[in-house]
Amino acid sequence: MVEMTYREALRQALADAMTENPDIILLGEEVGRYGGAYGVTRDLIKEFGAHRVIDTPISEAAIVGAAVGAAMTGLRPVAELMYVDFIGMTMDQLANQAAKIRYMFGGQIGVPMVLRTQGGTGRSAGAQHSQSLEAYVMHTPGLRLAMPATVADAYHLLRQAMTCPDPVVFIEHKALYTMKEDVDLAAEPLPWGKAAVRRAGDDLVIVTYSRQVHHAMAAAATLAAQGIEATVIDLRTLNPLDFDTIRPFVERAGRAMVVSEGVMTAGVGAELSARITEECFDFLHDPVVRVAGEDIPISVSPALEAGSVPGPALIAETALRMLA
Amino acid sequence: MTPPFPTGSNSDLGRLYRTMRRVRSFEERVGELFVRGQSAGSMLHLSIGEESAAVGVCAAMKPQDTFTTHHRGHGIFLARGADPNRMMAEIGGKEAGYCHGKGGSMHIADMGLGHLGANAIVGGGIPAVVGAGLSARHKGNGAVSVAFFGDGATGQGILYESMNMAALWKLPVLFCCINNQYGMGTRIDNATANTALHERALAFGLAAETVDGLDVEAVAEAARRLVDGARAGRPAFLAVDCYRFFGHARKDKSPYRDPAEEDEGRMKDPVAHARARLIDTGMTAAALDAMDGEIDAEMDATIDFTIAQTEPPLASMFRDVYAPTEPEPEPVRARIARVLART
Repeated sequence: MVEMTYREALRQALADAMTENPDIILLGEEVGRYGGAYGVTRDLIKEFGAHRVIDTPISEAAIVGAAVGAAMTGLRPVAELMYVDFIGMTMDQLANQAAKIRYMFGGQIGVPMVLRTQGGTGRSAGAQHSQSLEAYVMHTPGLRLAMPATVADAYHLLRQAMTCPDPVVFIEHKALYTMKEDVDLAAEPLPWGKAAVRRAGDDLVIVTYSRQVHHAMAAAATLAAQGIEATVIDLRTLNPLDFDTIRPFVERAGRAMVVSEGVMTAGVGAELSARITEECFDFLHDPVVRVAGEDIPISVSPALEAGSVPGPALIAETALRMLA
Repeated sequence: MTPPFPTGSNSDLGRLYRTMRRVRSFEERVGELFVRGQSAGSMLHLSIGEESAAVGVCAAMKPQDTFTTHHRGHGIFLARGADPNRMMAEIGGKEAGYCHGKGGSMHIADMGLGHLGANAIVGGGIPAVVGAGLSARHKGNGAVSVAFFGDGATGQGILYESMNMAALWKLPVLFCCINNQYGMGTRIDNATANTALHERALAFGLAAETVDGLDVEAVAEAARRLVDGARAGRPAFLAVDCYRFFGHARKDKSPYRDPAEEDEGRMKDPVAHARARLIDTGMTAAALDAMDGEIDAEMDATIDFTIAQTEPPLASMFRDVYAPTEPEPEPVRARIARVLART
């Protein structure tokens, strides 16, 4: 076991994969000399050279488009989008090109690329640098979507993404980069597409992903002190979505809460809630409850920012009301 | 892939003429397929009048080269050596088509010929050639990648992002703008103040030229110069001036164009021009007519071929969303049945 940060695990995944596979290239704004806006690619340019760690102009659409073309011609590009908030700039290349090329061309070729980006609140970065836009991606068939919550998953999910035959959007959480955990990177990881049961309990199931896993775990500890045992499921990937792991826990507990940092309306929680309601209807004692970001933009004010997204207190309070 | 030139003149012009004539004939049959109700929809964009761009540039490309096209790309793919039967079948939405009926006219592709895909988003296929250029540099395989697009795409930011990257990284890339004067119904001088389109590329540091599309030999010569340069690390831009003889898509009768302008535009016919030049250089009209007849018969047969083909099976709609090793998406009907079957 070694102690490392989420950021270091991501960097390690890139370095290890690039060492193994000479066809992996990185491209994006500031990924080279600067080392990445959040330091994930620090010094990789020294190790692998400027031809494999490519600093680009500020041209998000062309970064993703170039990754598409590179992936179709034999490379395994890992493009970096500095903030997921910039995904709108890339949406044609991502949703109309990368996501549909295999299908439109009748299965002739896939687009094995990874788009690394980061999102979420926690740094007073304001309305255009703090969003959780995973629902945009999840709504597009053809795109895989991974959102690691733990240091081990930061490493393993990114390694797995770099072997995926289809385009993967890989969304890191900006508030997790400095989080440290003890990890054994040599240990066998969960398969790609499999959810992790972070905690098992028979009273309530909390289904979540990314940073909210930690908030859910904190809430579960609070609940446990009051005699309530919650299951916490970390989805790890939103596409594929592992409903098979969710189902038996919901059937046993009869109560489910879905937690996401993104805004509530038409969000990931809406899809999860619908799936649980449809598939576990006869087992539910209560409606599936969505805990989600407010339907508002994110403010710079730390108070307003923190107030607009779920935290341990809201999750625990909601659970207590469900079980009252 | 070398275009097929099994018959006709051995001169370069003869080969270029023959390929242009095949494109013209194919496009006319695409129109006929539509009229006969056998095309998959009416999103059919003919390149009649623009044949010299497709044929001249493809003549300068090598087998390892790759390319993307816009939505008006039948001629380019055919000039590259595509099988017209499989093309027409794709335009008809049939299983035997290049993309098994999922792509159609605007999303046709063939990795075997380096066709990285036609595109229905204006400018959408342009940045892929930057990536292909990075691949070529990385692998050292000497491949050039060509982005074909229309003058309409010069209004899209992605073109400039891509030209900047290609110039910055000295990638083996050619941006080929087929300037048929119209983006849908808007003439180029209603869309931009400076219609000397290659000047934009010069500003980015690309080698850039405009060539008159009336003369396929001039197009081929310019393309050879620029493609060779791109292969040597000097990315380039070529604008081919021509005129879109017919409407934007099959149902468009071009009411926004002055008939006199159309008459004048259709005088700039690269196929007729090449034919006249061949006769000047000693070919007989009879020999050319014989070649044309063979081509027309070949292209007529694509319609019969297409009509005889089957639709793709319904279950194939779930195929190829993801890699074949992955589970297919669960059909909505199956999900509904599962939900309603609970006890």
